[in-house]
Amino acid sequence: MVLIFIDQSERKIKKTSFEAITYGVKLAAQLNTTAAGLVLGQTDDDLSSLGKYGLTKIQQVDDAALNDMDAQVYTTVIAEAFRNAGADTLVMSANLTGKAIAPRLSVRLKAGLVTGAVSLPDTGNGFVVKKAVFSGKAFAHVAVQTPQRIVTVSPNAIRAESGSGEAQVEKITVAVPAAKVKVESRDVLKGEVSLADAEIVVSGGRGLKGPENWGMIEELAKLLHGATACSRPVADAHWRPHHEHVGQTGGAIAPNLYIAVGISGAIQHLAGVNRSKTIVVINKDPEAPFFKAADYGIVGDAFEVMPKIIEAVKKLKQ
Amino acid sequence: MKILVCISKTPDTTAKIAFTDNNRKFAADGVQWIINPYDEWYALVRAIEFKEKDPATVLHLVTVGAADAEPIIRKALALGGDEAIRINTDSHDAYTIASQIAAVAKEGGYDLVLTGKETIDFNGASIGGMVAELLELPYLSLATKVDIEGGAVRVIREIEGGEETDSTSLPVVISCQKGVAEQRIPNMKGIMGARSKPLKVVEPVAVDSLTSIEKFELPPAKAGVKLVPADQPEELVRLLHEEAKVF
Ligand SMILES: Cc1cc2nc3c(=O)[nH]c(=O)nc-3n(C[C@H](O)[C@H](O)[C@H](O)COP(=O)(O)OP(=O)(O)OC[C@H]3O[C@@H](n4cnc5c(N)ncnc54)[C@H](O)[C@@H]3O)c2cc1C
Repeated sequence: MVLIFIDQSERKIKKTSFEAITYGVKLAAQLNTTAAGLVLGQTDDDLSSLGKYGLTKIQQVDDAALNDMDAQVYTTVIAEAFRNAGADTLVMSANLTGKAIAPRLSVRLKAGLVTGAVSLPDTGNGFVVKKAVFSGKAFAHVAVQTPQRIVTVSPNAIRAESGSGEAQVEKITVAVPAAKVKVESRDVLKGEVSLADAEIVVSGGRGLKGPENWGMIEELAKLLHGATACSRPVADAHWRPHHEHVGQTGGAIAPNLYIAVGISGAIQHLAGVNRSKTIVVINKDPEAPFFKAADYGIVGDAFEVMPKIIEAVKKLKQ
Repeated sequence: MKILVCISKTPDTTAKIAFTDNNRKFAADGVQWIINPYDEWYALVRAIEFKEKDPATVLHLVTVGAADAEPIIRKALALGGDEAIRINTDSHDAYTIASQIAAVAKEGGYDLVLTGKETIDFNGASIGGMVAELLELPYLSLATKVDIEGGAVRVIREIEGGEETDSTSLPVVISCQKGVAEQRIPNMKGIMGARSKPLKVVEPVAVDSLTSIEKFELPPAKAGVKLVPADQPEELVRLLHEEAKVF
């Protein structure tokens, strides 16, 4: 049986979890077994509506003590639910929650872990999962050798598929241990699309000359319901916040569309964005290495080109 | 305070990524190796700062790898640290590596274990969490700020969609990323001093791996860029809408 951990942020279920559900449901079908979802803590969402992603059963540990995500506490509760359900495969998003808890669960359950799967496992002979390695410059096919396994799903690698249907929600009780870590405060972006979740990312580099010129980056991102990102020197110079820095030593993202404006396309930058499905480069230097990695490009001055692109998108959206 | 910093050896960020042996092995010939940037720039430098503030701090570095990892651990010692431990195994399975580190950490009785956010070759982001679980300690992942005062730990860390400030007490395992410290360049004194610092080699504990890499694969080459004239940006928007169908 496949158990799918459904992560919440501020009592809401996010896109990365819909992707994990789709992945888990398809994996269960592939393995000829059943899938169930697991939600920890209270929620503001209607869990039964998750049936539209193909889930028929969801278990919820409806305990306020689980509203804070503590990696140790979550590990204990998820491991218990996993054993009680008689599951052999645990699926969750490779989002930041997944990064905090999946390694612990791997040890707790003695279950082989593959982080950041980009496609469904090959179960023809064993259980082999494809994941990006060398910062997106290659893929590895990783065989899980244990009877129990954990797969975390790379954000934006699997498209959430919804139809109709309603899931049956069952409240379960699991002993919740006391947390050793105290959450002093939390600061979550409200209403904005987070960079990891975004399907469209508009990104700026040193070619934009200074933080005062980011208005056009933000405007285009907003028009396209996307997020903003930047190259490392831009974050180092504090033109933009650190969490926007993408690349080999920053965040790795895989949106459907990545628009790079005034970024040269150094190998370390490409490492964080090369799994984007479509890459657009706007750079005034025709020799900029980024054009080699791009699908579409304009050789031109960003300050002239961007306002016209924004106009054209506005027209299209009317 | 007794600190253990986990150091991994990774190919240089500009290294050509290719495979041999029927795509089963990384083609290491001619590749330059570096300290995994997250381990070096953030975990190690922050640990060195703790030692600079309180010289009674004991700072050990640990790496899991064959003898060819020694130049890398010496490089790390040139930045700082009292001694290094190399656990003599070449495994790529995160559970095996974490089990080795946990065994050393347990025996050494460390108060603080620091790792980088992830390695830039296998990108597992798993070692810190696994070590913490093996030691039954809290794990604060993806820290952007780490403060420790008299055993009290305060960390700002990246969470889904934002950040969180957490407090706990030692012992603890923390994975570090940008913000925790600033990159340092080793100086001559450090490089000379590193040569005489102890580098202990310990044999691995027996543990079964949970995963193995069957083969590698390179991504398909891009078809080539379609250039749109700079005076027709609306054509780019049309192509993205009608051809690429991304919005
Ligand atoms: C170990 C290591 C790790 C690294 N990790 C990362 C990482 O994670 N992420 C990262 O981004 N970098 C990383 N780097 C840095 C990387 O090598 C590059 O230096 C960096 O990506 C360059 O940023 P940039 O493209 O914004 O700036 P530049 O290289 O300065 O490029 C600016 C570009 O803007 C163009 N331009 C200028 N004016 C205009 C205009 N008016 N209109 C249009 N285009 C214009 C120029 O032609 C140029 O191509 C790393 C480096 C090292 C050594």
